[in-house]
Amino acid sequence: MKEVKDHATLAEQFNIDEPRVNWHDETLWFVRQKRDRAAHAIPDWELLRETASGIKQHVLSNLHDYLEQFEANAKANGITVHWAADAVEHNQIVLSILQQHGVNRMVKSKSMLTEECHLNDYLEQHGVEVIDSDLGERIVQLAKEPPSHIVLPCIHKKKEEIGEIFHEHLGSPAGMADPQVLTETARHHLREVFITRRAALTGVNFAVAETGEFIVCTNEGNADMGTHLADVHIACMGIEKLIPKREHLGVFLRLLARSATGQPITTYSSHFRKPRPGHEIHMVLVDNGRSTQLGREDFRNSLKCIRCGACMNTCPVYRRSGGHSYHNAVAGPIGAILAPNLDMHKNADLPFASTLCGSCSNVCPVKIDIHDQLYKWRQVIVKEGYADKKKGMGMKLMTQTFASPAAFQSAGKAGRWLLKNAPFTVNNQLNPWYKQREMPVPPKESFGEWYRKNRKKNEQ
Amino acid sequence: MRIGLFIPCYVDQFYPRAAVATLELLEKLGVEVVYPLRQTCCGQPMANSGYEHLTKESNELFIQNFKEFDYIVAPSGSCVLHLKDHLHSDKHPADAAAIRGKVYELIEFLTDVLQVEKLEASFPHKVGLHQSCHGQRGLKLSQMSEVVAPAFSKPEQFLNMVQGLELIPLTRQDECCGFGGTFCVAEEAVSVKMGKDRVADHLQHEAAYITGADMSCLMHMEGILRRQKSNVKVLHIAEILNAQEL
Repeated sequence: MKEVKDHATLAEQFNIDEPRVNWHDETLWFVRQKRDRAAHAIPDWELLRETASGIKQHVLSNLHDYLEQFEANAKANGITVHWAADAVEHNQIVLSILQQHGVNRMVKSKSMLTEECHLNDYLEQHGVEVIDSDLGERIVQLAKEPPSHIVLPCIHKKKEEIGEIFHEHLGSPAGMADPQVLTETARHHLREVFITRRAALTGVNFAVAETGEFIVCTNEGNADMGTHLADVHIACMGIEKLIPKREHLGVFLRLLARSATGQPITTYSSHFRKPRPGHEIHMVLVDNGRSTQLGREDFRNSLKCIRCGACMNTCPVYRRSGGHSYHNAVAGPIGAILAPNLDMHKNADLPFASTLCGSCSNVCPVKIDIHDQLYKWRQVIVKEGYADKKKGMGMKLMTQTFASPAAFQSAGKAGRWLLKNAPFTVNNQLNPWYKQREMPVPPKESFGEWYRKNRKKNEQ
Repeated sequence: MRIGLFIPCYVDQFYPRAAVATLELLEKLGVEVVYPLRQTCCGQPMANSGYEHLTKESNELFIQNFKEFDYIVAPSGSCVLHLKDHLHSDKHPADAAAIRGKVYELIEFLTDVLQVEKLEASFPHKVGLHQSCHGQRGLKLSQMSEVVAPAFSKPEQFLNMVQGLELIPLTRQDECCGFGGTFCVAEEAVSVKMGKDRVADHLQHEAAYITGADMSCLMHMEGILRRQKSNVKVLHIAEILNAQEL
């Protein structure tokens, strides 16, 4: 298997082009500011967050019952319900539905779950062409890249680059970077897709246990175009997306778009309850590690996530390292606490890709303690042996030094002496601090030494 | 009231003037301050790197050093937050719990315990305040821009008591500087980029000094400023609150 580069290495590559990092940072900060304005415009914002968190807490504590209730109601509505234990099973179920209908071309709209399961690759290997109809997703799909953000999948691309991709794949004029023209080009291309596909797949934002319906939130309406024109609608949903009642939707719909983009509500919040005559709706309920996470007490709260992406927009590390540096379908702070559950070896680096500044927990509309979970994952990853061995040795040495006042004082003295008299031993390329920063200027005495000289004698 | 002065390891070794200022400031305010000589580190560098299980010995040492005091005060929000959240002991659980409840960051102590309302200090310069994340979001030294709630800032409240000091505004009032403990070396590229951006915000608003309640963030920003050959200096907030410049 190909060795995945870690976050620090990928982030370093991303940082080679500094003006681009500035642009990426400012673009996402703009979204964060829009979120702030929208949140501050609502007097009961913090109460909404608390309420949403409480509802999700309740669902997670009664997930089994609500899933059964949802299944029964959805079936009564005429929806076919499938259960998938993991990504492989999910992909097989989707393929089998397509094969039953003799479909080898499908349109899909925004589902991070199918990214998590690598559905596109799987279907392509089995002779099914998939076209993502969400504009951002279509762009990264044409560029043969995964989304870099769960809500803004191609936020890392400039309009000029999108112009080039469209010129190459969709025949727009060379050098064309006008968003209006590019959107028009995509629209013509996608309309052709919508009217010729017999199967459409969507993600699910919320599923309501009491009614057996589900809700898909988008800003473009492309998910609706796909599903309304196809005979078969496949909806794929992580089991944690359930809410008990329709009346709870108001809480989440108010929070979701404001947190994601600063809009009061998504342009389309479409409800799907039962198939039209002659049509089919299939719902695939996917676990893929979620019940394991539910069983991890310290990390269970991460399943409250409604995938708004606010934690990414506010994260100072994400803004300066880009979504792809997280090498996981869900990037950013939330991805960094979900990913180790899926594969602790492959994602051992992600909980360390944070300064623990805590801004993510503050913007989270369902109050997930993201930065505390990052801290907790670090402890788990080290204890289970997934951390870098060299780092462990350094930490042990540090521990021994700090455990002994005498060792600490002499190590400090030696360090300051070296900095002063042999700076080349510290100021070199082996020292990552020194690469782009100066070391502190060593003072002639430590505070302890000063205190002994100036104060201690008075005390005794 | 007897106060145990906790000076974090890197402040002791590299920034003794911040520690001296902390001591003098507290003494000026009339409290009895003792610096236990056998202190080392709070254990945060290990704990935040995932090695909390290796902090047992430094925890015991900390407890020995500080259990007898009415309050423990340190000029570092980050170390104080670590102690409040993670100081535990199998051998002396009651002492550990008591310390978690009586350890204070300097500004927090001046505001919440001493309730200082007036200072004799003068520092006639343009100063930018860096809000360190652990102090701000962890200890709630000031309101966070993400939260919908009334604004307040304990460090600003104090800087406003200093004669002649002009506090400059920042474009991003509470963005992280990228220090983050071992993050600063493990994620060198992002850490430096964050630090450069943080410093640039202060420079654009013409700060002559950058201050804050956490020397570690200031050390990181100082390293960047000096590499850029900037004349802008960093000072711990205690140094400004203790200043008598004319």
